[in-house]
Amino acid sequence: MKFASFAQFIAMGHHGPFVWSAYAIGTVVVIWNVAAPWLARRRYLQQEARRLRRERQA
Amino acid sequence: MSWTWFHKWGSPKWFYALAGRLQPWLALAAALLLAVGVVWGLAFAPPDYQQGNSFRIIYIHVPAAMLAQSCYVLMALAGVVSLVWKMKVADIAIHCAAPVGASMTALALLTGAIWGKPTWGAWWVWDARLTSMLILLFLYAGVIALGNAIGNRDSAGKACAVLSIVGVVNIPIIKYSVQWWSTLHQGATFSLTEKPAMPAEMWLPLLFTVLGFYCLFGAVLLARMRLALLQREARSGWAQAAVRQALGGGLAP
Repeated sequence: MKFASFAQFIAMGHHGPFVWSAYAIGTVVVIWNVAAPWLARRRYLQQEARRLRRERQA
Repeated sequence: MSWTWFHKWGSPKWFYALAGRLQPWLALAAALLLAVGVVWGLAFAPPDYQQGNSFRIIYIHVPAAMLAQSCYVLMALAGVVSLVWKMKVADIAIHCAAPVGASMTALALLTGAIWGKPTWGAWWVWDARLTSMLILLFLYAGVIALGNAIGNRDSAGKACAVLSIVGVVNIPIIKYSVQWWSTLHQGATFSLTEKPAMPAEMWLPLLFTVLGFYCLFGAVLLARMRLALLQREARSGWAQAAVRQALGGGLAP
């Protein structure tokens, strides 16, 4: 650990807002990249499930 | 020489199965590499002697920027394959890679701006590296918009392939911009021929996050491509079987 305390780790030597905002944006981008295809696949499968149910009843 | 390995890529069913097998391993590798790289880079790498702790932004900025460019090269290669051999998988690869590449370019630009403020004293400067990266973002936006604007799938695929191939001229401009023009931006961190200019405890975490981003890209691209294949091949037997299998067989006729 290169920091003496947790408070110093958060402060990042006066660069805290820069470092943490960059990592926050990075986290958001990664989460969007993972979630977007996962949600789209779920939506498509639900839609197909509805279609298959309809076809079976008809 | 046998070309069967190449012709396999023309089979959506084969690609769907292969992607499904690769995807979990890529996702696992990405999670591990990113976790190690980020913790190492944030907490254990030494601060830079000039930039202090703000240099830790490098562990997202450089992987995002590298991936943004690699992704475009991949799209251009897929564009050639799509135009020459009319391979459906290549066409889908362009369509699915573009949003991921655009997000990585945006991330590189945003983290670069955040890093620029404490280091150069400015969020943005109109120098060659930053401007050519902004053009890359516009190229991605162009591919996405073109794909959505053209209703006919074959025409849309062709237009996107052409734009991907033409736009790849921007990649060497980005790469060599720091050598061709005077710039605030520093040179390349990694090179194939020279040792990095930083100590190992600084560049090793970067290697982890770079590899992590590439694995993440692989996993995310395969996930997008698998869904696109299911949707485009919805009328074929294998896609219907795959949907039924994903639904757990409860709805099987």
